[in-house]
Amino acid sequence: MDIFLQQVINGLTLGAVYAVVALGYTMVYGIIQLINFAHGEVVMIGAMVAFTVIGVLAPYGWPPLLVVLIGVACAIPACMLVGFTVERFAYRPLRRAPRLAPLISAIGVSIILQHLAMLIWSRNVMSFPQIIESRTYIVFGAAITNVQIAILAICVLVMAGLALLVYRTRLGTAMRATAQNPQVAGLMGVDINRVIASTFGIGAALAAIAGVMVGTYYGIAQYTMGSILGLKAFAAAVLGGIGNIPGAMLGGVLLGIVEALGAGYIGDLTNLCRYDWLASLLSERCANGGHFILFGSNYQDVFAFVVLILVLVFRPSGLLGERVGDRA
Amino acid sequence: MQHPKISLTLVAAAVVLIGCGEQKKPAAKADAAMEVKIGHVAPMTGGIAHLGKDNENGARLALDQANDANIKLGGKAVKFVFMGEDDQADPKVGNLVAQKLVDAKVAGVVGHLNSGTTIPASALYTQAGIPMISGSATNPKLTEQGFKGIFRVVARDDQQGPAVASYLATQNKPKVVAVIDDATAYGEGLANEVEKTLKASGVQVLPREKGTDKTTDWKAILTKLKGKSPDAIFYGGMDATGGPLMKQARELAVKAVFAFGDGACTDKMSELAGAAAEGLLCSQAGIPPQAASKTFLDAYKAKFNVDPILYAPFTYDAANLIINAMKRADSADPAKYLPELEKGVHNGASGRIEFDSKGDRKDAEITIFVMKGGKIEPIAVVKGGKTQAYADFIKAMGG
Repeated sequence: MDIFLQQVINGLTLGAVYAVVALGYTMVYGIIQLINFAHGEVVMIGAMVAFTVIGVLAPYGWPPLLVVLIGVACAIPACMLVGFTVERFAYRPLRRAPRLAPLISAIGVSIILQHLAMLIWSRNVMSFPQIIESRTYIVFGAAITNVQIAILAICVLVMAGLALLVYRTRLGTAMRATAQNPQVAGLMGVDINRVIASTFGIGAALAAIAGVMVGTYYGIAQYTMGSILGLKAFAAAVLGGIGNIPGAMLGGVLLGIVEALGAGYIGDLTNLCRYDWLASLLSERCANGGHFILFGSNYQDVFAFVVLILVLVFRPSGLLGERVGDRA
Repeated sequence: MQHPKISLTLVAAAVVLIGCGEQKKPAAKADAAMEVKIGHVAPMTGGIAHLGKDNENGARLALDQANDANIKLGGKAVKFVFMGEDDQADPKVGNLVAQKLVDAKVAGVVGHLNSGTTIPASALYTQAGIPMISGSATNPKLTEQGFKGIFRVVARDDQQGPAVASYLATQNKPKVVAVIDDATAYGEGLANEVEKTLKASGVQVLPREKGTDKTTDWKAILTKLKGKSPDAIFYGGMDATGGPLMKQARELAVKAVFAFGDGACTDKMSELAGAAAEGLLCSQAGIPPQAASKTFLDAYKAKFNVDPILYAPFTYDAANLIINAMKRADSADPAKYLPELEKGVHNGASGRIEFDSKGDRKDAEITIFVMKGGKIEPIAVVKGGKTQAYADFIKAMGG
């Protein structure tokens, strides 16, 4: 049972990161029906900027929390700048173009950002300066570190903050109006360009936070880290119903847990030797505590995409999604 | 068996053609030295660029020293030209740069660094008749392909794996061991050898767990392993993935002893995993760089102003093996100096080198290290199946 709880904690942490990244995908999609494939790279740039700043400040011996906060404070504007620039030059000119055009533009931006990062920070793996002492707490037999607790707490705060912004502020009202019908919102006096740019900015700020979280959690960052993370977060957004903010949160957390449990248990479940009727057939392989495993933990990265395919087949609008079918 | 004749004729024709093309340059400068190109390939970018640079420095030092010694081959003064290439540890890029070196008509190649890039590239070099010596590729397959002119100056994984596994089995006496690999030619090959040896010494080995050479999240695998409480965990992979693996294991309060192969046997492990790396047991396929000959260490330090990290003494020896074989054959023509290379005995920076019929180094050493205070310290040397404490080994070397 403690192993199961441990996998759930692992999955929750992973899922929290996916959720924050997925929010960026879903917000942009909700407003302009564009899948911003460059979003994963923005996460990477957030991590890289924060690592650089923290690396420079680390030798001064300031309180670790302060150093990390300064790192985040530098990463957020950097990512927002990237978000605004990308929206202004890669997407806005194509807003009235057929839907395929901005999608291809997004893939192009993703490649450009990745290689820019390679030129700036080199191909080498950057290691996170060891300033935060990792403390492990044992809860009901499962281990949880201070970094994991911080990630979960920040994730909840970010989601609450975003919900407040979307449902309680003028900007949020304008965003929802633009999402429903950009033309009519424009006629009602909403500055659509400003709303869309703000959406990209908020998404990029979330990406910066996610980048720092994932970098601190694993202790390393590299220019390629954004692509697989971005793809999984995209899968999470689709799982929850793309364009739907609570859906992205739910999708992210679910996907993280599915991945952790999948990687943790598939090897044991597909060990043919545990099933008596098969074990007798495979007597040579199974003798003396042997094993015959069909799918091992190397299938870990596959789960996110299996879930994505299943959702697309059986519930194209996602778990909490509505009327997405006619928009996508 | 007609093919060798045909290909020899082709090579001969090619040599004549090249000879014609190249003759113009020396003609312009009558006393100019004959240029002999030596290629070197290693990842110079990416997660293990620091190891690539180390390998390159070793080979470069050997060539620079040879140039200072004013070597003459066939009565002509020779200038050795270093051609360093970056294969990014990627087999596709590895073949691309190997072809580039073949096209540039290099006389010999030192490299590559990774087994995964060296094995496919070795086919290209063999076809072109260019001898290749790797100073760090440890996968047995490299010299089991039956290729002519393919050598290595380090121990093989089927020597390294058993060495680290039997050290682990006799010193730590684990009952249950988990084995993880990164699904590369190197990682999987080494992990297989370790598993074999552990099983032979009566240790229970858990079903293999696998990541990739880019995996950063090991928590699901580690949690699963934690439930089976292994006494030790062996990982076949590089330090860029091994660091996070060890860090996450300690965060999950996994108390098992960690043992890694040479790909993750560097000081960088403590940078990547912090305090979690303490106590790591790991092996290198050769003697540690600090045990290399003093003349080499001094020359290396004087030239690059850093100390060698891992395999620099071996790439240095590999380059010198090629140069010395050329000297004995009095020619830089691969067809002429290859026989000398095959049978030569060389007392290099890493000790006495002699090749067996496959192109492997006879009696190669394997060193076992342990991570202490953020640095890896050699504790034992395994040679010819016998384990010796490191201090005794150094005494026997006369150092």
